[in-house]
This record gives sequence, C-alpha cells and structure tokens, in this order.
Amino acid sequence: MAANAALDTSVTEWAGSLDDVKNLVTERALTGETMLLNMGPHHPSTHGVLRLLLELDGEEIITCLPDIGFLHTGIEKTIESKSYEKGVTCTDRMDYLAPMSNNTAFCMAVEKLVGLDVPERAQVMRVICLELTRIQSHLVWLGTHAIDLGAMSVFLYCFREREKILDLFEMISGQRMMGSYMRPGGVWRDFPAEFIPGVEAFLDDFPRRIEDYETLLTTNPLWLDRTQGVGVIEPDVALAWGFSGPSLRGSGVNWDIRKAMPYLGYDQYDFDVPLGEHGDVYDRYLCRIREMRESIKILRQAIKRLPSAKGGFRSDNRKYCPPPRAELGRSMEAVIHHFKLWTEGFSAPDQEVYVAIESPRGEIGCYLHGTGGNKPRRVHFKTPSFIHIQGIPLMSENHMIADLVAIIGSVDIVLGDCDR
Amino acid sequence: MGVTQKLGDLGVVTTTLETAVNWARTGATWPLLFGLACCAIEYMSTQGGRYDLARFGMELNRASPRQADLMIVAGRVTRKMAPVVRNLYDQMANPKWVISMGDCASCGGVYNNYAVVQGVDEVIPVDVYVAGCPPRPEQLMHGILTLQEKIMGERIKEWA
Repeated sequence: MAANAALDTSVTEWAGSLDDVKNLVTERALTGETMLLNMGPHHPSTHGVLRLLLELDGEEIITCLPDIGFLHTGIEKTIESKSYEKGVTCTDRMDYLAPMSNNTAFCMAVEKLVGLDVPERAQVMRVICLELTRIQSHLVWLGTHAIDLGAMSVFLYCFREREKILDLFEMISGQRMMGSYMRPGGVWRDFPAEFIPGVEAFLDDFPRRIEDYETLLTTNPLWLDRTQGVGVIEPDVALAWGFSGPSLRGSGVNWDIRKAMPYLGYDQYDFDVPLGEHGDVYDRYLCRIREMRESIKILRQAIKRLPSAKGGFRSDNRKYCPPPRAELGRSMEAVIHHFKLWTEGFSAPDQEVYVAIESPRGEIGCYLHGTGGNKPRRVHFKTPSFIHIQGIPLMSENHMIADLVAIIGSVDIVLGDCDR
Repeated sequence: MGVTQKLGDLGVVTTTLETAVNWARTGATWPLLFGLACCAIEYMSTQGGRYDLARFGMELNRASPRQADLMIVAGRVTRKMAPVVRNLYDQMANPKWVISMGDCASCGGVYNNYAVVQGVDEVIPVDVYVAGCPPRPEQLMHGILTLQEKIMGERIKEWA
C-alpha cells in the first residue's frame, strides 16, 4: 500500500500579482469584513467537480466565482486525432447524462459536412432515442436536485424509472449509458423486436410515476419555500447570457430548437413547449416535469410513425456507411468499402459546419471543420452547461448560501458537458 | 445463517481478534461521497433501488473524507483534479481503501492525451480496479466484494 506518487501533485507557484485578482471580490473582502469560502471541487451538491469561490456576508452571498476545468478531458482534441466514425465514441462521455444527444449533434454535423442523407426511418429511430434520453436525463436531474434540497426519497423513485430506460438502451446498443448508438448516416443497428413493446410498456407506466413525483414535490410547502422566488433570472438577461433549454424557458422565453429550427422531422410531431413565468427555481422545475410529459407525447407519435417510415436504419451510401455483413460474402465491392471504411474512414471536404440540437439541458452545438482528409481539423462543442454555470453568480447574488444549492440544481449542469 | 447456524445453542463464539476486527470493517465500509464523471452516475445507480448497495453495508456515503473508509474514484482524473484527489485521500483516516472505478480512473481509458492522468494509481494507491466504461453496477459490486475479501485477509501486523 505504498504511495508511488509518480505524478507531481505539489501546487506550483502562482506567477500573477494580487492586483490582478482584486477585482474578483468586493473591497469588503480585502478588509476582512466579508468571508471567502471555498465550495468544491469536492462537494456533494455541486453536481460534479465544480469549484465556487464564495464571498459571504454572514450567510448571504456577495460574490460567487465559478472555477471550472476540473474535468477537462481534452475530448475535442482527441476527436481531432480520430476518424469521423470513431469520434462518435468520444462524444458520449461529454454530457454523460445525455449521450445520445451528443452523438446526434456530432453525427448531424458530419452528415452536413459530407452531404449525407439520413433515411426517414433512421430519423424516427433517432427521435425515439433522443426523447428517451431526455426523460432519463431529467430523472437524474430531479433525483439529485431533490436530494440536494433534502427530499431523499425522490432520488430512489427517479432511479427506479431510469433503470427501465437504461434497460431499453442496453437492448439496442449493448451498453447502459455510453451506447454510441448514433452513427453518421443513421444508427448502428435496427431496433430488436422486443424494443418497441418495451418502450410502450414504459410509456404506459410512466405518466403515473410523474404524478407520484409531483405529489411529493409540486405542492409540498417545504419544496415551495426552498424554490419559489429563488434564483430569479429575467428573460432578457437570460437571453443576453446565452441561456437555452429549460433554464431559458423557465423565464418564459419560447425558444426550443426542436420548434425554432426543426431537425430530424421534429416539425411533424405535435407537442407543446412548456414555459415558466417567473424564471425562478420552481418554474424551471415545472418546465422539466412538463417536458417529460411532452416527451411521452412525442414518443407515442414516433412509435406510430415508425412502421410506415421509409428507408432503413442507416443510409445506403456505401462511401460513408459500411455494408451489412451478409453482403461481404457476395460482393467484392462491399468488401472494398468495408475495408476502406474500417481502416481509414471516409474523407470530408475542407469546410466548416455548425449544427445545433436541443439536448435535455439546452442547445448543444457541434462546430466541425474538415480538412479534406479522414480526420477533422477542429471540433468544437457549444455546450449548455458551460453557459449556465456563468449564470450562477447572477442568480445567486444576495441569496443565502443554502439557496445556492437549489440554484445549481435548477440549471442542471453537468461538468463533463462544461469542461469537455 | 452465520453464527447461530454454526453454534447451535452453545452460546459461545471463539474467534481471533484479527477476524473479528476485519469482519466489522467489511460490513461497514463507508464510501466517500465523491464522483468525478460518468462512472459517478453508475455509482448512483448502484445505490438506487434496483442494485441496493446497502446490502453490503455501504449505503452510508460520507461527504467528509474524515469519516470515510473507502474512496471510489468514479471517473476520469484530470491533471487539474489530481492534487485534489490526493488531498482527499490524505485527509481520510486509516484504515482506508481505494477502488478505481472504470477505465479512465484505472488506466486513462480512451483519453490518452494531455489532460487526463493515465490511471489514478499515479496519485494514490489503489486496492481494486474495476474495468468498464462505465462499469455496470454489478461490476462495481463485484469490485466491492473483492475488496471485502481483501479486507478479510488483512493481517494484524499490517494494521499499524
């Protein structure tokens, strides 16, 4: 059990001067009138490895400085050294509560870059996966948000339902969380026969479960006290800071990329965009709860649409999508395509594209710049958590320190999404 | 099961101090409430209703390292996080154990790059490695049971 510390973990000398950082806190901190408190990176309620430097007057927050990067994994850089098909695997691990959304954003960027069409059936399959992802992400958010505010049992109920969705994901991709199910041109495989009945059984059961959660929280006086009027952000401020997703809609701004810039045929589905009024923690909570109900509506429509949707589960363009196993024994051309795709991948033109989709947290965008070769020059993800963390100091100003926990939970940050 | 079955109505238990202490330690290994990345979500699933980690005396997560016996490093350890992980480990009171959960914590996983420490064992000593990306809850439970076996095998002269 001897510690073999090969890595130098000693803190290196800081080169800056004190004047550089004086403006980060108020004058009162310099005189010692207010207290500086470090929250994180190891803290049960920061939803990952977020560090917040708080300036406190008693229990009141004067300034709040987020320090990010504790989970910086170099995912964008890693994708630059991989072919387009292999890059999908890395995107799973960014926003690890919504792997399918990251996959889809990246795959849609690749498809836009090379001009690859996705069959209608594959689009419907993607919608089903994306909406299931939205529900399971919101369930983790609800469970952890509630546990942060002291409602312990909600966590157990939420994870009970989430396990059912993970079972469905395992059915289609072989993995509970990081399925890498989306591929450029469609999805990896067709749904197995038992998948759609499994989703239907889940959808029959789930509305009742949402009511259970609401019974526990929505009208609970303790919950109302902790969430109403806390962490208010005005619609114009939220827009100016680049908020998106339920965090923006909680302030009453009707902006959902599924409606505003439809992708994967979302314009053909009938669903509402739930909006809040006050922009506080409670309204953001209500938005997400209602979003789960809307996702159920979308899922039911998608299941109905699936049998009549044209095309296969993946594009037939053999320059980008590998041939099915059965063809390899019959066709020399298929063998060549297979060999080329699995050894060097496909080439993409020297152009740049940007694709944005609505992830459970908000707008996740993928900027992709090809080189003409088989690897991208630059991949960049615009992630909602990065933006929402910037909003935490605004929302938490002049609040009690206990409210900060509610605010962090309400914008649903994932540090993997923020730091990448 | 256990003692009553073996003893019948004898009313006497004989054992060694070593076994008694190790047995007590295995049944109440409190983990540190500490998650880094994706694996932390699977760790949460392990504590959820279906997998119910409480069966192994592990349901009590302590947010303070001073009260924790076991650190489950769940997720990739980055260069910025590594000093913090070491600091937390140093703050834990003896006896303490470490489970490295997932490929990233064990060996860097798919991220062989500038940002990720290639295995948390570069920073702290690890007792059990759990493979997977992320490991299923069953895999983590297997890792925990392996650790409990290891604890049962500890010798009195190594305690100090």
